[in-house]
Amino acid sequence: MSFLRAVIVIMAKDLRIEARQRTALLTTVTFAILVQLIFVFARPAGELALSVIGPSVLWVMLTFSSIVVLNRGFLLEREHGALDGILLAPVSRVAFFWGKWLANTLLVLAVLAVAFPLWVLFFGLPVGMALLGVLGTVVLALAGFTAAGTLFSAMTARTRYAELLLPVLLLPFLIPPLFAGTSGSLRLLQGRPFEEIAGWLRILVIYDVAFLALASLLFPHVVDE
Amino acid sequence: MTLDSAAATRSIRRGRLLTLVALLGLAGLYVLAIQFTPTERFQGLAQKIFYVHPPAAYAMQLAFVVTGVTSALYLWLRDPRLDAVAEASAEVGMWMGAIVVITGPIWGRPAWGVWWAWDPRLTFTLIELMVFAGYFALRTAVQEPEERAKFAAVVGITALVLVPFNHLTVYLFASQHPTPVVLDPSALGSPDKKLPPAMLRTFLTGMGVFTLLYLGFVMQRYGIGVRRLIREYDHAS
Repeated sequence: MSFLRAVIVIMAKDLRIEARQRTALLTTVTFAILVQLIFVFARPAGELALSVIGPSVLWVMLTFSSIVVLNRGFLLEREHGALDGILLAPVSRVAFFWGKWLANTLLVLAVLAVAFPLWVLFFGLPVGMALLGVLGTVVLALAGFTAAGTLFSAMTARTRYAELLLPVLLLPFLIPPLFAGTSGSLRLLQGRPFEEIAGWLRILVIYDVAFLALASLLFPHVVDE
Repeated sequence: MTLDSAAATRSIRRGRLLTLVALLGLAGLYVLAIQFTPTERFQGLAQKIFYVHPPAAYAMQLAFVVTGVTSALYLWLRDPRLDAVAEASAEVGMWMGAIVVITGPIWGRPAWGVWWAWDPRLTFTLIELMVFAGYFALRTAVQEPEERAKFAAVVGITALVLVPFNHLTVYLFASQHPTPVVLDPSALGSPDKKLPPAMLRTFLTGMGVFTLLYLGFVMQRYGIGVRRLIREYDHAS
């Protein structure tokens, strides 16, 4: 099986499972909406405008929703010894990683397909080109989130404390892309010139490349017996 | 099996001796800093922290780099001793980091008026501490020694790659930390920004003392780690 085909088969397998069960996707979408709601009520009403905390809420929601999705990715493999099946198959470990990474990334994007428009609505953001830019920033940051997350969740899923360990292990690693993403989107929404935003995007791209490369390199060590 | 109980005992004994020397050095450093080094004109006594705080920060960074490098070597060579070094160094790094985040606010209060100002270096240290808290949380969650070593090594390496991103982030976030005075290139031309020789001498003594402390602690902790591994393997077989 060619590398690319293996990646697509593994990705499609995960997406098919989620599409058939729907529970996880539905729960994560609800969770993402609830995170927004919690922020609205945790803010001193009338003192802090919704549009000011809007970008922060988006990024916190993205971070936590990603963790919820990532936690599932490998717990799925633990059931019925599915992981052993994949490891026995003539599929390179690197292709395995990329398939899982793609599936995780697409699943978070599926959650965003519902949560992002609601975020625009709830926080009264002007609909326009700036939002497209914000969405692009989100996708850029997400690639790095899920690269580190897919690597770590492959490890935590094999411990007894998976749901607890993944956030503790992963969150410090998400601080750089989170900060670059929040800063970039805030400036986009304020209509600042592109030069001010380019630097943040560059950090995101470098982070993506670094962590995708590193995760591809380390992932085979994690899954091999 | 490359684990040797006698070697572990030797390492603990040597580490203890080295730590004793380092602790005497630390006492000497205090005397040197308080009695024989001039008090800084503007910051007064608060500046004395300069002889402890940056050396601890340097020792933490040294510790985490050693963990990262030995982690990479472990994945390559699969020698359990490398995992024991990585673990020992990470643990000592945590304590050095703890010294940094405790002494930092003690200086920050008189100098800036607040205990915690989200200053870049202190924030950086805090994030590093969180990364390695996760490292140890993962270690405790895995029972099987080889799997634990493998997983920990992956985190140890990733943590090293995070360092430059972490640095960049905290500096972009905000900066009101004093700029480096010892290795500051702009200070070379201006004599008034240069550190007086007495202060430099005490500072370098501090760096030396903390290097010895680091080595002494790591050697002891390494020996303890090897002993634990031997016990685990005995238990399993």
